[in-house]
Amino acid sequence: MAVDNETVKKIALLAKLRVDNEKLDDTKSEFNKILNWVEELGEVNTDNIEPLSSVNDEALTLRKDIVTAGHISLDILKNAPEQEFGYFVVPKVVE
Amino acid sequence: MTDLTELTVADALSKLKEKEISPVELTQAYIQKLDNNKKYNAFVTLVAEQALKNAYIAEQNYLNKVNRPLEGIPVGIKDLFCTKGIKTTACSHILDGFIPQYESTVTQNLLDDGALFLGKLNMDEFAMGGSNETSYYGPVVNPWSKDKPLVAGGSSGGSAAAVAAKMCAAATASDTGGSIREPAAFCGVTGIKPTYGRCSRYGIIAFASSLDQAGPICKDVTDCAILLNSMAGYDPKDSTSSKRDVPDFSSFIGQDIKGLKIGIPEEYRPEGLNPEVASCWDKAIQILKECGAEIVHINLPHTKYALPTYYVIAPAEASSNLARYDGIRYGLRVEGNNLDNLYINTRTAGFGAEVKRRILIGTYVLSAGYYDAYYLKAQKVRRLIKNDFDNAFQNCDVILTPTSPVEPFAIGDTKMLENPINMYLNDVFTVSVNLAGLPAMSLPIGLSQNGLPLGMQLIGRAFDEGTIFKTAYQLERGANFVRI
Amino acid sequence: MSEYIIETEKGKWEIVCGLEIHCQIISKSKIFSGAPAEFGDDANENVSFVDAAMPGMLPTLNEECVHQAIKTGLGLNAVINKYSVFSRKNYFYADSPQGYQITQFEYPIVGEGKITIDLSDGTSKDIRIERLHIEQDAAKSIHDLNPTKSFIDFNRCGVGLMEIVTKPDFRSPEEVGAFLRKLRSILRYLGTCDGNMDEGSMRCDASISVRPLGSSELRQRAEVKNVNSVKFAMQAIESEAHRQVDIYESGGTILQQTCRFDPSTGGTKFLRFKEFSDDYRYFPEPDLPPLILSDELINKIKDELIELPDAKKSRFVNDLGLTPYDASVICENKEVADFFEKVACGRDAKKVANWLMGDFFAMLKKRNLDISQSPVSPENLGKLVDLISHEVISGKIAKDVFEIMAETSENPEKIVEEKGLKQVTDTSAIEAIIDAVIASNPDNVASYRAGKVNLLGWFVGQVIKQSQGKANPALVNKLLKEKL
Ligand SMILES: [Mg+2]
Ligand SMILES: [Zn+2]
Repeated sequence: MAVDNETVKKIALLAKLRVDNEKLDDTKSEFNKILNWVEELGEVNTDNIEPLSSVNDEALTLRKDIVTAGHISLDILKNAPEQEFGYFVVPKVVE
Repeated sequence: MTDLTELTVADALSKLKEKEISPVELTQAYIQKLDNNKKYNAFVTLVAEQALKNAYIAEQNYLNKVNRPLEGIPVGIKDLFCTKGIKTTACSHILDGFIPQYESTVTQNLLDDGALFLGKLNMDEFAMGGSNETSYYGPVVNPWSKDKPLVAGGSSGGSAAAVAAKMCAAATASDTGGSIREPAAFCGVTGIKPTYGRCSRYGIIAFASSLDQAGPICKDVTDCAILLNSMAGYDPKDSTSSKRDVPDFSSFIGQDIKGLKIGIPEEYRPEGLNPEVASCWDKAIQILKECGAEIVHINLPHTKYALPTYYVIAPAEASSNLARYDGIRYGLRVEGNNLDNLYINTRTAGFGAEVKRRILIGTYVLSAGYYDAYYLKAQKVRRLIKNDFDNAFQNCDVILTPTSPVEPFAIGDTKMLENPINMYLNDVFTVSVNLAGLPAMSLPIGLSQNGLPLGMQLIGRAFDEGTIFKTAYQLERGANFVRI
Repeated sequence: MSEYIIETEKGKWEIVCGLEIHCQIISKSKIFSGAPAEFGDDANENVSFVDAAMPGMLPTLNEECVHQAIKTGLGLNAVINKYSVFSRKNYFYADSPQGYQITQFEYPIVGEGKITIDLSDGTSKDIRIERLHIEQDAAKSIHDLNPTKSFIDFNRCGVGLMEIVTKPDFRSPEEVGAFLRKLRSILRYLGTCDGNMDEGSMRCDASISVRPLGSSELRQRAEVKNVNSVKFAMQAIESEAHRQVDIYESGGTILQQTCRFDPSTGGTKFLRFKEFSDDYRYFPEPDLPPLILSDELINKIKDELIELPDAKKSRFVNDLGLTPYDASVICENKEVADFFEKVACGRDAKKVANWLMGDFFAMLKKRNLDISQSPVSPENLGKLVDLISHEVISGKIAKDVFEIMAETSENPEKIVEEKGLKQVTDTSAIEAIIDAVIASNPDNVASYRAGKVNLLGWFVGQVIKQSQGKANPALVNKLLKEKL
């Protein structure tokens, strides 16, 4: 499954990255090299094999419904590039 | 004793307890070394003043006999661990100036045990890399470099180099596909990646959540046991951390390994394996035999597929984990005329080439129409890889392999740069362990003809770090590797 | 079942509609963090490092949110899945600090179920539930503080949500309205969500398509987002269906799109077409192992489940003799049903229902009060009913007493006593009045005696009027007959 420049652009858009036009061909060919390589996995027979997303075999532990955090807005905002009135600030979002 | 930085953690602790040395002296010695060894670029942030302050406190604690297990031990912290009030960037431009207001559990455990931090260690950006060349702050130089600067390995290159060059007594590190073991091998030091779930991931900047594990890089096996004792343990703040009891890893040091079955996987000795690496492996086998261990040949048939599997799963998780770096709440922000452009400008400027490459691959393999062919397929092969180990451990107690197929190479090596896959291939012996969640240690065994360290890897059953420690200690004794 | 058909000169059309309803879970803390699950506080006050997606932060699942989802699932007569999995839904948006939402995808906690709705023509219909899953709510953006900027508050971010998805079973706006009211009633009974659509704690998205009547095809649908009242939901469906019919009849096609309901026009407003950016790249959340529920837990919650509106309604009909209509009105709100049961205990339930649905509801409505704020307590209302059935006061006097009760919250017995409103059952006193009435109306007496017996009612009225309503009507009747 070789990707084309259009796909690279779309994927970059999904990932909120910009690939400059002059770098598009290089990025695409690198992309295809890696994809070709990982496509070796196609050789492996995985019929009836359950996917493994985590090696963890312990049941998920649930947290008691107790308030243990909050009221640290200064800490939350401490690293904000832009803030005002206790809010994080972004360019106007229109919906 | 003239140079206190020569001491292992174990030796330093006993001398501190005996009041032969003081925490302040010890800390000052390391700060001096840090100063002398700036050329290695191992540290990206120093907190020497704070370290000295804490050394005075440690000194009081010794005097008042309320000293804790690591009281006054100066350690370095990989820049992936969030440290309260200390800049933490994962060596990425996108986390410029980020100062966490919280402490990672692993570093908190060390603080609670009395360790003191000298600063933050260089690493590959977001732990993505095998040579520490993707750091926004430049590559780490391997202290073993001769005529030209060599890589320290990655991603925990700063941790390994700092320990090797005695710029800290021990260091924290993390390992997603070999990031503790490979740099440890390259720098002639010892590092262990414990079983997935042993150390809490809370406060460690995530690369690939299902693979990431913290562990120590130390001067020797005994120190690794001491450090891991402090770092490991169940943490309710990490839902993937294990509730299994943590044994005293130090208790395995010195245990004999008579009759222990050492597995040697056939697939790790391909045709073209570097003969120096192969002979180092033979040397290690010989040492273990002499200790009374039994060598058994095992098979890990899906080894060949571990790297492609890893390079689907790790980028997929990373593409999602790194979505939070968007210029809104912390770190770098490059303005844009709307929110979308702010995101794109920030992320395009803030991430380095390797990180962007992996985000793109990861985004692709998860996207509609490709998920089954790549991501789901990789997860299935991942199970087969884990099954391989389960089967192998029916016949052996611990597995011995080389850590890396190569010795440290030059910074800026053209072969590594021309194709990212060439760099990825260096992880061929380490990634399977992460996919299977197993514990594994790398320790130095000998030197190549170029006089560069070669490391061997011991892989254990899940939650059986103990067997690794006792085997590694015997191996270490037999190898008698001389640190720089 | 009432049929809802859109009829034009060109043909007859049928609506096909399904709903997705987001319900905020009632819990103290957020679903994946220990921050308070309330908003209304100052901006970013109820936010933890986890909610703000700080580097290295990890989710931990709130037990209460899981219990609430199970409870709700049981209330929807649905299958509870003992194995469910959290997934990441990846998208960039200012209100999504992680760059993904933790939700459930392939394996939701609750599977198929149904809700029975009652329609105005007396029929009822089952609406099938496809699933219920739990997930985290998004932050809130404020757009009106600055002309070029939006302000983000993470207080709501991470509050637990239950997303309930129905099958496309709705064929009319009325069905949608009945369903939303019924669902809200169930959620409120269970105490799992407060169901306030205007405050956004219950938010409805509708997918709407139309098809020629009699066909079974499923045509392209449009999604109407975030409708915030039952009335608006009904309007939105109606207007969107008409819009689609117009397009089809003028030869056009419907494209997959998202719309918004505009209350000012009563119509739907186009927002956007389905985009490439809607590729959410779901994959299993590596920070949370699968959620496994035990039979014990499910059974325990089942055993503790309170009686739900449907069960209560049939009990009121079968055991207390209410009409199905009265029973369903009383059961829609649990507080009303509880109030009713307190009053009805040991009394004639039908009479109580009449009082409740008549004067009592009218009083609450007039005073704009919730039943919990009622000035008339169930005990006092019960006493009033008793005063009538024990013939201490007449029904007419009772209305006046009730007025006073509503004003003063007084005990009706006391009011009757103090104001001297007791029925006069003293024969001699009534006889005196009767005599006076007979004496002053000779013409009518003559007519009555001549055979105009229906004048008796007039005489009764006169006597009661002169007694200021206090004379017992039955007694007056009996005595009048004797005297006349
Ligand atoms: Mg949905
Ligand atoms: Zn949802």
